[in-house]
Amino acid sequence: MQQRVSLEDRQINRDLLRGVLEHPLWWFALVGFVGLVLLAGVISTGYMITKGIGVTGLNRPVMWGFFITNFVFWVGISHAGVMISAILRLTQAEWRRPVTRAAEVLTVFALMTAALHPVIHTGRPWRLLYWAFPYDFSRGIFVNVRSPLIWDPSAIFTYLTGSSLFVFVALLPDLAVLRDRTTGIVHHVYSVLCLGWRGTPKQWKLQTVAGILLSALILPVFVSVHSIVSWDFAVATSVEAWHSTIFAPYFVIGAVHSGVSAVVTMMALMRWLWKWDKYIRPEHFDALGRLLIVVSTTWFFFFFLEVLFGIYGQESPEIALREMQIFQWPWSMLFIIFLLTAYFIPVPLWLFPKVRRSITLMFWTSILVNIGMWLERFLIIVPGLARKQPLTFSWGTYHPSIIEILIVAASFALVAFLLLIFSKVFPLIPLFEQKEGQLFAKELRVGRKKVPAVIREE
Amino acid sequence: MARRSILGLFSDPDTTANAMDALRGAGYKDWELDILSGAPYPEGTFGEHMPSHHLFKFPLIGAACGLAVAILLTAGTQLAYPVVTGGKPILAIPAMAIICYEGTMLGAILFTVFGIIFESRLPRPRVGIYDKRITEGYIGIVVTSDETRVVQAEKTLKMAGAIEIKSGA
Repeated sequence: MQQRVSLEDRQINRDLLRGVLEHPLWWFALVGFVGLVLLAGVISTGYMITKGIGVTGLNRPVMWGFFITNFVFWVGISHAGVMISAILRLTQAEWRRPVTRAAEVLTVFALMTAALHPVIHTGRPWRLLYWAFPYDFSRGIFVNVRSPLIWDPSAIFTYLTGSSLFVFVALLPDLAVLRDRTTGIVHHVYSVLCLGWRGTPKQWKLQTVAGILLSALILPVFVSVHSIVSWDFAVATSVEAWHSTIFAPYFVIGAVHSGVSAVVTMMALMRWLWKWDKYIRPEHFDALGRLLIVVSTTWFFFFFLEVLFGIYGQESPEIALREMQIFQWPWSMLFIIFLLTAYFIPVPLWLFPKVRRSITLMFWTSILVNIGMWLERFLIIVPGLARKQPLTFSWGTYHPSIIEILIVAASFALVAFLLLIFSKVFPLIPLFEQKEGQLFAKELRVGRKKVPAVIREE
Repeated sequence: MARRSILGLFSDPDTTANAMDALRGAGYKDWELDILSGAPYPEGTFGEHMPSHHLFKFPLIGAACGLAVAILLTAGTQLAYPVVTGGKPILAIPAMAIICYEGTMLGAILFTVFGIIFESRLPRPRVGIYDKRITEGYIGIVVTSDETRVVQAEKTLKMAGAIEIKSGA
């Protein structure tokens, strides 16, 4: 049941621009806190670059650890945003209105954070230019396009450019609102940013078409990005446990699972912090909860198949990996936590409408999912590498160092920091979408009952 | 004769639509009239003329350009210095296809965004005749015409219920 409230344009402006035009203390406190964590990560990265990659726990045969796990995790988070926004726009789902901007912005910042990880992981970031940038510099040798490590940057660059432009185009009308509500130098900045938007029928028409067209273009890119990330693993000939033909769809659906959960987390925080109860309502969490049940169950099906194919094939590296993941300490503990948090605790809870409509419960279950999904990536990468050699005397393990832990913590702080800064400059809920929603919402009388209805323009 | 613009401000869509009818009845052409609003009203709400656009051509042109650049990058760079790695052919189709796909999509997206901005006639260094109340829910009708016709339009807008008339250059 919809819980829509009737709002005037002036009130929508006032409510949704609160984050930009007002300066609450909690915002400064939060920025200060995440800024400190971020600073710890920056110092750790600087220390690692100075001292060398030896200060991490990475060693033969586990050459990929926390950094690559976190890279895959943040690429996954970045998938929710545009996926939710694009699919909801294409299907003209009415409940998209408060969700789209936050989801798109989360995509951009999560992807930027993800892209930092391989750079940090190299240990010598300046050399990445030689490995990934398509130019021969002074050596006469171009990058190797046959390597999956070149496919990644091309996919991420396309996705990041596309999603950033998607956010910018949808921001234009709201930047015009900010231009009209500010004075002085800030007014001039918004005047430039909104490109002189006036709100003519043609501009609005193109804005609508742009939303649909860009959604249709970004969706195939979204599928390709995590597919390509999965191929970093699936086409690596040296790690037998990663050879799985279902890795691409398994990674994509896993990304959607963690990403949609991250959007739920963000929506709950937005509702609590900016008190946007009129805009982010239990019906939105209900809809996201229903979507999550479908997505998570599909993901679980792929996970089950991946394990089943591994065991059923009776290949010794696969069996060694599964035995390690499921029965050997501490992996067994992590495996149980992963299964419980990624599926067995949240999904049965989401079956109950009361849970889906409880913002607190949705917030905590979405956090649980992302703990589980982070562990999922960790359990794919580290045990796979630890057992990549056929000979047991070449098997090794991995213990993350404090430097890696600080850098991972700082990645979460970075996303939070960027989101907080964004919220101070741009509205996190699209104003024009809310106003359009108000125009199209009507109340129909059916017999003695008044039913909320939404008019859809063809 | 010098052309001038005026802006009539209205508080609701019905009055605005009636004002547009009145202006058309007084002989004003579609190209002399424009609507400014703070929300995307359904097409034709005010009986306005909707100029055509060519946005759908932009992604196609962009995709073709992106594909061409991607082929040049993948094939050209590998042929420029042919080093065999991993026993794969110099022009490995599956690897090239991935980068060509991304290049095609990037070209399509970039051209689409360029198309949106171009077709929206942005950026506009000067907003022109405008009122801040438009982003608060008011609707504006802009009439751009000869001096004598603008004076007549002002009267028509007032009679149709404009709450304020603003004059511009």
